[in-house]
Amino acid sequence: MVNITEVPILETENLTRYFDIGGKQIVHAVDGVSISVSEKEILGLVGESGSGKSTFGKVVLGLHPKTKGTVKFRGQALPRKYNSADFQKWSQKMQMIFQDPYSSLNPRMTAGEIIGEGLRLQTNLKNNQIKEKVSDWLLRVGLQSDHMSRYPHEFSGGQRQRIGIARALILEPDFVVCDEPISALDVSVQAQVINLLGDLKETMGLTLIFIAHDLSMVRYVSDRMAVMYLGSIVEVGKADQVYFDPKHPYTNILVGSNPEPDPREERNRPSTAIRGEIPSPVNVAPGCRFANRCPNVEEICSRVTPNLLPLKDVERQVACHLFN
Amino acid sequence: MTVGSELFKIADLAVEFDTYGGVVQAVRGISFSVSKGQTLAIVGESGCGKSVSVQSMMGLIPIPPGRITSGSALLKGHEILGRSVIRGKEIRGSEIGMIFQDPMTSLNPTMTIGDQIAEPLQVHRGYSYREAFREAIKLLDMTKIPEAAKRAKQYPFEFSGGMLQRAMIAMAISCKPSILIADEPTTALDVTIQAQILDLMQDLQKETEMAIILITHDLGVVARMADEVAVMYAGKIVEHGTVEDVFYRSAHPYTLGLRAAMPTNDPEKQSVLEPIQGSPPDLFSPPPGCGYCARCPWSMSICESQHPEDYYLNEGHYTRCWMHHRESPLKPAELYFE
Repeated sequence: MVNITEVPILETENLTRYFDIGGKQIVHAVDGVSISVSEKEILGLVGESGSGKSTFGKVVLGLHPKTKGTVKFRGQALPRKYNSADFQKWSQKMQMIFQDPYSSLNPRMTAGEIIGEGLRLQTNLKNNQIKEKVSDWLLRVGLQSDHMSRYPHEFSGGQRQRIGIARALILEPDFVVCDEPISALDVSVQAQVINLLGDLKETMGLTLIFIAHDLSMVRYVSDRMAVMYLGSIVEVGKADQVYFDPKHPYTNILVGSNPEPDPREERNRPSTAIRGEIPSPVNVAPGCRFANRCPNVEEICSRVTPNLLPLKDVERQVACHLFN
Repeated sequence: MTVGSELFKIADLAVEFDTYGGVVQAVRGISFSVSKGQTLAIVGESGCGKSVSVQSMMGLIPIPPGRITSGSALLKGHEILGRSVIRGKEIRGSEIGMIFQDPMTSLNPTMTIGDQIAEPLQVHRGYSYREAFREAIKLLDMTKIPEAAKRAKQYPFEFSGGMLQRAMIAMAISCKPSILIADEPTTALDVTIQAQILDLMQDLQKETEMAIILITHDLGVVARMADEVAVMYAGKIVEHGTVEDVFYRSAHPYTLGLRAAMPTNDPEKQSVLEPIQGSPPDLFSPPPGCGYCARCPWSMSICESQHPEDYYLNEGHYTRCWMHHRESPLKPAELYFE
């Protein structure tokens, strides 16, 4: 008998997504990402804009076809390019919560229609049963059932994000990609949404990929943290450990740039401001992608692409020649 | 907060907007001052009036529908509200420089970066185009844009977000203003680029001794940059003090609420995030009492009906909360964990 807990819920191998933008230019948005997510785990994914974190989330769910590589859900390989039957099948298991609660809800549909749409398409429930479930979910995400007949513009940003959460979770998926679910919200409301997600995760036994650029929030939310740079993962490990004891030079700089809400500590920290900006992901040259900004760059870095390898003494995977 | 060094002083500023839904009281009587070489951070969530307050004193709100109903803004002792020139100098661009949140939409897409930086120098300082453009290259160099001479001839679409924000800073400081107003200057940027921009602003401040008014919602940025902090809520300042006072001796429940809602990076102190329940009040009909009372865990009956006054905890640190009244049944010192 196979022990279910040992099969990761999601496993990607060499997952790659290129975009051909014409003129022999190819954007390497996601480039050979291999990572696994265990049942009921929260994997945080951080990186600068343009590092490919959102594209990774979308490729995993089949919203973009894969250029190369595989995604396995509970050991079963997902199709390279989804057709509508695939979406029908997998959207019951895997869902996504989107970044912008303003543009991700159809302004011509009521909250009730938005939340209930999945049920209408995926199940044989009757209208009144759907209505009952929608009203149930409105309460679960902290809204009221009479909000059902309102349109998105009648809600605040935090409330819309709750609608987005209810929409994604009403089919009771096992796996959810949260793509920057809080970055459009105010600080006081962010915590409301984070706690709501945490509670729902506990009660439903969800597995989450939590994509964000707010490092403190990702550290707080996640079990494990993966740091992405220009389409590939440079470091993975326990969230606290990656944050407090970063190994990869890029992680180190990223953590150092993250301002902490504590004036004394913040002013006593040496500045780790990095030179330059994330390079263009078009036609990426071989070698370490971080080489041109790295403070510890060596000769080998511009020739050989480092692999994501486990470290000896800590539970961590790092893609850097310094550690190999 | 010594009177002699005050460069810029706002007193009792109130701003309203006429809308189809009624009159929005966006700013409801705020006062603050900044001194030379100092940074004041104005913190608050969206809709609390922090941007409107600085835009109104710069004359950047459309009138009508906007209206400044009361208050004064003194720059070096001269009233600037409703005026665009003091002592023969333009205020906007010359005395006060401003940088905006979104560098992508704040620059003119049809003009080169160099021309845009040169423009204020031509307008305010009477430079010739050639002189102004040469100065623009120098400014780009000062804001650490590599290959400034080449970059000055490029258009905004050829710049990244961080570079555009540098160009915007170059433009804002071109006429050596005494005050730089930065309205969420790094909100649209990544943390790595944010660190670069904040470093740059601090370096420039040291060089030119300009005052900075920094509007932000990020307490991390405040912790790093500010000398003084004003916390705004529902159009009013609810707490004001030095950065140490506001962070380590927070006196208003909203300030405490904000801090508890953010993850700290100290694993010892890390408990659960405590969100602030509810949402800010409707400024069409602001509550007669304290704006925060509907969300405050300690609200009393007086909070609903009457505005608290300023309670000074020490010179320069005040809060507006009834709990600091001497007859209050709730003693803040017992309720707050710090």
